[in-house]
Amino acid sequence: MRLVAIIVMFLCMTGVAAAQQSMPPAPYAYQQLDDPAQEAEAKALMETLRCLKCQSQSIADSDAPMAGDMRHQVRTRIAAGEDPEAIRAWLVERYGDWVSYAPTVSTMTWPLWAAPVILLLLALFLMRGRLRRGQTDDGEDG
Amino acid sequence: MTNWKLWLPFGLFALFFIVVAGGLISPSDRTITSKMIGKPLPAFDLPQAVADRPALSTADFNTGTPRLLNIFASWCVPCIAEAPHLQALSDAGAEINGVAIRDKPEDVAAFLARNGNPYTRIGADNLSSVQLEIGSSGVPETFVVDGQGRITYQHIGDIRASDVPMLLEKLEEAR
Repeated sequence: MRLVAIIVMFLCMTGVAAAQQSMPPAPYAYQQLDDPAQEAEAKALMETLRCLKCQSQSIADSDAPMAGDMRHQVRTRIAAGEDPEAIRAWLVERYGDWVSYAPTVSTMTWPLWAAPVILLLLALFLMRGRLRRGQTDDGEDG
Repeated sequence: MTNWKLWLPFGLFALFFIVVAGGLISPSDRTITSKMIGKPLPAFDLPQAVADRPALSTADFNTGTPRLLNIFASWCVPCIAEAPHLQALSDAGAEINGVAIRDKPEDVAAFLARNGNPYTRIGADNLSSVQLEIGSSGVPETFVVDGQGRITYQHIGDIRASDVPMLLEKLEEAR
């Protein structure tokens, strides 16, 4: 009895979902490209593009209709021979850096890249004295 | 001399508390604004969405008078809420062009019959292509486009009664 109730409940839920989205998804939202190499290129790009509707997912992971439309854009553009980075740039031009998960070096983000190098140099500088002392210690031991 | 070090853990805790409280009181803004503001409308040519309104293309915006570009859909609930305010904008003399996202013609027609039709033109965008072109990330959104087809303003979310004078002002500025 309870099982029937649960099944009915789930059927009602799919009804709601269907009512929200009466249009079929974009042709290339769930359809892979015929050329495996192009599909791999598209997939790699889709995994690094942020879904605008569900902001912590990539468009490859999201089932939001808008993510489907973005996948359609990516696949049709790749199929037309467009470079993946050009497609990324096209989206960044419209939505800002935000839409891309791929890190970039810019006036805003360069400290993130420079910080590890600076810290490493600082560590070496601080260790310099100890390393030298270590060498002389070894010398005394030998 | 060493006394101040006793306060260090407390100081660190206070700093942590301020950061967390700040994040809770004013969470970071997650709205995605279009980067196309100030740029010309990208080229598009959408088919007709309903029988009694003409289709929409970029060329239609090059008429010298600013207008509103409203992104909507029959399946979008806030679009019902903003419908009377779009009507108010239209009554005040604003020209409103619509883009219906992923919508069937009969659904758009039923939506307009029920909620009013303030649109002079409506294009059907079944692949969200125009939406992506102009940097819009949801429905409803409203863009102000000047007479030369340049985007001058983006309003994210439904239009409330209080937004109507502001949008009329933005249209006046775009003149």
